[in-house]
Amino acid sequence: MGRNLTCGYGGADIIHDVTIAVDKGQIAVVVGPNGAGKSTAMKAMLGLMELTSGSVIHDNEDITRLSPQERVGRGMAFVPQTRNIFATLTVEENLEMGAFLHKGDFAGIMDQTFELFPVLREKRSQKAGELSGGQRQQVALGRAMMTSPNLLVLDEPTAGVSPIVMDEVMERICEIARSGVSVLMVEQNARSALEIANVGYVLVQGRNRFTDTGEALLADPEVRSSFLGG
Amino acid sequence: MTGRDRLCFAAAIGLIVVAGFVQSWNTAFAILNFALISAILSLGINIQWGYAGLFNIGAAGFVALGGFAVVIVSVPPVEEAWRAGGVRVLLALLIGLATVLTAIFVWGRLRPGRIRTISVVALLCTGLWVYRWLFDPAVSAIESVNPAGTGFLGGLGLPVLLAWPVGGLLAAAAAFVIGKIALGLRSDYLAIATLGIAEVIIALLKHEDWLTRGVKNVAGLPRPVPYEVDLQRTDWFANLANRLDVELAGFSSIFVKLCYTAILLAVLISLLILCERALKSPWGRMMRAIRENETAAEAMGKDVKRRHLHVFMLGSAVCGIAGAMVTTLDGQFTPAAYQPLRFTFLIWVMVIVGGSGNNWGAVLGGIVIWFFWIEVETLGHLLLDAATVWMSPDSPVRLHLMDSAAHMRNLTMGLVLLLVMRFRPRGIIPER
Amino acid sequence: MDFLNAAAAFANFVLVPGFSYGSQLALGALGVTLVYAVLRFANFAHGDTMAFGGMTAVFGTWWLQSRGIDLGPLPTTLIALPFSIVATIGLVLLVDRLIYRHYRRVKAPLVTFVIVSFGVMLVVNGLVRLIIGPDQQRFADGERFIVSAREFKSLTGLQEGLAFKTTQGITIVAAVVLMAMLFWFLNRTRTGKSMRAYSDNEDLALLSGINPEKVVALCWIIAGGLTAVAGVLYGLDKIFKPFTYFQLLLPIFAAAVVGGMGNPIGAVAGGYLVAFSEIGITYAFKKVVNHLLPQAWEAQGLLQLLSTEYKFAVSFVMLVIVLLLRPTGLFRGRAF
Repeated sequence: MGRNLTCGYGGADIIHDVTIAVDKGQIAVVVGPNGAGKSTAMKAMLGLMELTSGSVIHDNEDITRLSPQERVGRGMAFVPQTRNIFATLTVEENLEMGAFLHKGDFAGIMDQTFELFPVLREKRSQKAGELSGGQRQQVALGRAMMTSPNLLVLDEPTAGVSPIVMDEVMERICEIARSGVSVLMVEQNARSALEIANVGYVLVQGRNRFTDTGEALLADPEVRSSFLGG
Repeated sequence: MTGRDRLCFAAAIGLIVVAGFVQSWNTAFAILNFALISAILSLGINIQWGYAGLFNIGAAGFVALGGFAVVIVSVPPVEEAWRAGGVRVLLALLIGLATVLTAIFVWGRLRPGRIRTISVVALLCTGLWVYRWLFDPAVSAIESVNPAGTGFLGGLGLPVLLAWPVGGLLAAAAAFVIGKIALGLRSDYLAIATLGIAEVIIALLKHEDWLTRGVKNVAGLPRPVPYEVDLQRTDWFANLANRLDVELAGFSSIFVKLCYTAILLAVLISLLILCERALKSPWGRMMRAIRENETAAEAMGKDVKRRHLHVFMLGSAVCGIAGAMVTTLDGQFTPAAYQPLRFTFLIWVMVIVGGSGNNWGAVLGGIVIWFFWIEVETLGHLLLDAATVWMSPDSPVRLHLMDSAAHMRNLTMGLVLLLVMRFRPRGIIPER
Repeated sequence: MDFLNAAAAFANFVLVPGFSYGSQLALGALGVTLVYAVLRFANFAHGDTMAFGGMTAVFGTWWLQSRGIDLGPLPTTLIALPFSIVATIGLVLLVDRLIYRHYRRVKAPLVTFVIVSFGVMLVVNGLVRLIIGPDQQRFADGERFIVSAREFKSLTGLQEGLAFKTTQGITIVAAVVLMAMLFWFLNRTRTGKSMRAYSDNEDLALLSGINPEKVVALCWIIAGGLTAVAGVLYGLDKIFKPFTYFQLLLPIFAAAVVGGMGNPIGAVAGGYLVAFSEIGITYAFKKVVNHLLPQAWEAQGLLQLLSTEYKFAVSFVMLVIVLLLRPTGLFRGRAF
């Protein structure tokens, strides 16, 4: 979880005192209007941005000072919103890169990942850049899963995919959570995301506005009118 | 200019004055004159890099074109060579040009397909054949006219100072062509393309003997200032020398250099004024805005590529003018002398060290770096002498090192560039 | 009509020299393209680094010769080559450590790297001239030919000779072996794949736990090794002269751009393409054509498209054509 995160690009802070937490095997969803600092908060969690203040705690350990690679080594995985695959590498190589930190044999994890995303097994020797949008998203998720994370951070996993694919991606995410991996995701499609969320955070102008269970947020009239379009 | 900048300029001039006292005033003025030309070259690159962020590493080519302008403008025509094959060569060149233009026209007109490819290839082959048929005999005829003395067409026999603007125009024309091709691509691609055009220009000047005498050089170019010997023969000059109580021959040589200094300084100052005005004008602000954020400038309706082309031509023209000045000052056109390390990369060191984006910085960089470029050899010799003094005088290592002192130049300039990039990346006089 | 003699002349003057020059360019272009793929800048110090590699091999060879060590028919330089590779790798790693690393840390814009590479170029250039001087050095020894023109004539009874120099043979073999090793490394090993991954998507590589500094160091090690080999082979086959290495920069860059900057396969293809164009366009085809035509039609001119002085113009024109028609190169490198 991240506690009292404050950071931003060169001088101006984008998020202020934001706290986001997720428990084991649960799904936490961060929603909010454009420019609320959702993606920034995710990057801060992964150490891709320097914090002005606050701390990031993972497995009861303060990891604020660790580099992104070290965080990956401790079980955090991140799927960025764009450029989230190695387009010139094959699907299999993409997954292999996800397992880069595994010292030994990773055939087992590879099998698990293929079970989760059967279509990837079919396309394993195809260049990832040649796949369709939904398949690329699966490659991205698969690569992240190959790091065998205990926390998966997703930045708008359904951006730019068709509604059918969106449902499938959401389903996969639930499946991942059921296998004991915590999921923290930012979503534009707030309604469908909150539906699968154990806990939801609404960020506005870089600050926590509402925090509650997904169900409760969906029921909250103020949240509904302001962020879910009635 | 701030007080600190003035101090820097005073120090730079001071260096040259010291050289005057320690070595000789003749040397000092020779350094000063080339330093002034370097300052102009440096201004030219600064227009491209400092104003617009364009990466030109073909300065040597544009400088060489300027030198070539001196030859075609000022050398008297070689009538016999013209009679031998002048018209035929011109005709050949016209046919060559016409072929290329027609080929481009046909390529544009016809629809893609086999017919287009075949007709363009056929056109090019025929054109090439006619061109060679006209060109080759004419060239050998021209080159066999008194090969030891001329062997080329000569120039127009016009006043040499006219060659300076012509050099600028030639360089701008070359810049137009290369800019059309490579502007708008990644900046390192422009760099590679300019490196290439420079190599090609220099190869042409080196090997087209009918036009430039090639590596045989063109010596004895006309001068814009009197000759030393003539000066020594005139009464008023002898009287002046007498009154100043100086030795006549040495004074005449310094006097000639002073005349050059005056002309060069006049050109430098006018260019500097123009550059300063341009940089502070709305045009200059726009150029800098484009440099800072091309996408935003484009979104505001600026035709970035066109602006870049203009600025690229302008900067290259200044390099061409400087090139004509170098050749005029040397009194000789030497195509083999256009080494990229000296005429391209050294200029870059000047701009970066002086302060890219700042005209005064570029000028200062030009003067200071030129001074060290000349003096490093002397200093390097002293340094190596001191460093190897413990070895026996005929130790091979010592002799080898003393021999190599001349190569300290590149090493020093590289180190200076690296140190400035690291510790003072905005140069001595930073952009404001 | 004498097809065999024409073929022999063509092979002698175009094919064999083209393959060996192409191998040298390809090795050089591979170095440029790898640095571009991983560090994302065009390294102008490449030519002079090749000269450095060549120089170390010259010294190594001289030292071995002074000890009376040789390889019999093969050039002694082959023993000095590993030393030269290590020295060149040492140089580029040192340069990276002292110079480029700082700009990576401050996330300097890419043009800064290019300008800094000018500085490195000047320094290495100065070092080489300071140590070995600007003159040309010959250091090839051993058997000069695998097949000499005379042997070929007496062997086949043809009128045209086909010479195959030892240095050409070594160049081609070494280039093929190195390229095979490189592609095996890039496509089959995990470290090689991580290098490609880093080149493809730096941020995602970071998120996969790939250590960027390791990739960069590895890139310099491979590029440095290739640079040294290219420099040594070129010097061995032609002549070692510091200035020619600076001039090689243009055809090498042309090869890398033509193939697609940042794409290793492109660099290899580009290297051979540039070499064959350069040699093909500047070769006088009179001999070849005259063997093919009946005597009555014998060609009068040299049938040479461009004189050899303009061989650099060929690389330039190819560069221009590619930049105009397909800036990403034949094999789609990363142009933007």
